[in-house]
Amino acid sequence: MKMTTRLMLAAMLCTAAVACSKKVKEEAPVDTGPSTGTVAPTGPTAGAYTPGDLDSDACLRQRVVYFDLDQDNLRPEFQAVMACHAKYLRDRSAARISLEGHADERGSREYNQGLGERRGNGVSSALQANGGSAAQLAVVSYGEERPVCNDSNEDCWARNRRVEIIYTAR
Amino acid sequence: MKPILIRCLLALFALGLPMLASAQQQGLEIDITGGSAQAMPIAVVPMPYQGSGTAPDTDVAAVIRADLDRSGQFRTLPERDIVERPTRGSEVQYPTWRALRQDFLVVGRVVDAGGGSYRVEYELFDVAKQERVLGLAMTARPNAMRDVAHQMADAIYEKITGVRGAFWTRIAYITQTGVGQSARYALIVADSDGHNPQTVVRSNEPLMSPSWSPDGRRVAYVSFESGNSAIYIQDITSGGRELVSSFRGINGAPAFSPDGRRLALSLSRSGNPEIYVMDLGSKALTQVTNHFAIDTSPSWAADGGSIYFISDRGGRPQVYQAPVSGGSATRVTFEGSYNADPSVSFDGKKIVVAQGSGNVYRIALLDRSLGSPRWSTLSPGSLDESPSFAPNAGMVLYAAREGRRGVLYAVSSDGRVRQRLVLADGDVREPAWGPYREQR
Repeated sequence: MKMTTRLMLAAMLCTAAVACSKKVKEEAPVDTGPSTGTVAPTGPTAGAYTPGDLDSDACLRQRVVYFDLDQDNLRPEFQAVMACHAKYLRDRSAARISLEGHADERGSREYNQGLGERRGNGVSSALQANGGSAAQLAVVSYGEERPVCNDSNEDCWARNRRVEIIYTAR
Repeated sequence: MKPILIRCLLALFALGLPMLASAQQQGLEIDITGGSAQAMPIAVVPMPYQGSGTAPDTDVAAVIRADLDRSGQFRTLPERDIVERPTRGSEVQYPTWRALRQDFLVVGRVVDAGGGSYRVEYELFDVAKQERVLGLAMTARPNAMRDVAHQMADAIYEKITGVRGAFWTRIAYITQTGVGQSARYALIVADSDGHNPQTVVRSNEPLMSPSWSPDGRRVAYVSFESGNSAIYIQDITSGGRELVSSFRGINGAPAFSPDGRRLALSLSRSGNPEIYVMDLGSKALTQVTNHFAIDTSPSWAADGGSIYFISDRGGRPQVYQAPVSGGSATRVTFEGSYNADPSVSFDGKKIVVAQGSGNVYRIALLDRSLGSPRWSTLSPGSLDESPSFAPNAGMVLYAAREGRRGVLYAVSSDGRVRQRLVLADGDVREPAWGPYREQR
């Protein structure tokens, strides 16, 4: 055979070998931190989600969305998370989600109740834009009253600026 | 002398020095930081018990001294420097007090009033004029002697400054102990110096935004016990309470009107937080703001006709004012990029806010009693919030963070004296200064 043909054949064989041996990795559960979250929906390609997927599907197991300071707009890396949860809502009409909105500790507690709600509303809108039904969604704001950490630094503040996706019915 | 002997003597001397300022009282530590050279020097002489039964537990003169010091207007002579102990006018030697550079002198004594009660007889003297300016007596049960002391401090304060004293008042605040699932919250009511704390509500879910009724009998607050924010009004003495607001969305920031008949609140039932006024008799709601921004933290003007509140309609929170009856809101704060948590003085002339600049939040005061509005900073930051005026506007209570702990400070409105109140365990926040305990 010619060199080029051999090389191409080798490349194809290598690609085939890699493709066939690739395993589907189990992603780290839920809280992967504020700056990550890029996971493609890996639900059963055949059709609808089932309640078991809430515990096993890598995307559905992502339950926290993080926000920048004073922002309530969704960062692009969370779009995939919106897509899979919205699909779950479409597939399971009895499912209900409570979106719990939070803010970091800085500034007025009463104003932060409003910020937490804005973030919850932002996630609600994104889920609806992805096909989820408003009737299956509720927003509750805890403002700065339920922090996950108590340190007065950027890292802790970033972890507190969040919306938690809580399934109240599966 | 051998060096080791000198060191031993120095150590013994250091141990023997009297401790400064801090008094441990029923779970609250009170430290006075700062002071002022312009504060009026006053000596409050210890008032001995001259009865035949059991002496009272309360050191009335010490309570009065602490009150006057905390106000920022006075500097009391420490007890160890009070070299003479008159208990009545006839025993007062003015040259002593002039030599001690005191402007005023308070003397008194506690006697039996019959039936187990005490009577405190006291007099206030102007040292320079060498004359008595006040002579009063108060009777009380043994467990009310701190109240008596606060009322005496109020009378002394008003006689000298012309401003009604606010020492005989109470404060409300929220506490949190534990974190996460084991967090426990409480709403506490205590004397304005932190003594006699009583738990009004306990909950496993967050509590927020305590607000006093003008008669001091009830407190409104936000509770998350039902899974969403809701507003309750509770009678402090009986413990009975009423759920007044549990709409969809945020139910927040309750504030009683000056006549006690209405409650301002922030509700997001329409999609975003707006200011409403609820008639407490009929529960009917009147909407005051109508804007897609976050409108919250209502604070009533003294005439009950308008409400101050914060809104981020301009981008970030600022203070606005709107008529209760309806009409457009006018912006009030134009300095500082973030102004929130407003508390308005009884005469409407001063507004205190939590003012943010970058990551630093301080208590700032806007004084509108002169021609042009004047700002002053009352606290150093960096996470100060929730200021609340005393009913005489002479002092401000606010929440601060120290390390990982929430603490309360009282600061005089001129910023001269700050006093820290710290709960022994856990976090303290969201103070609300209650009304005068006696209506005039």
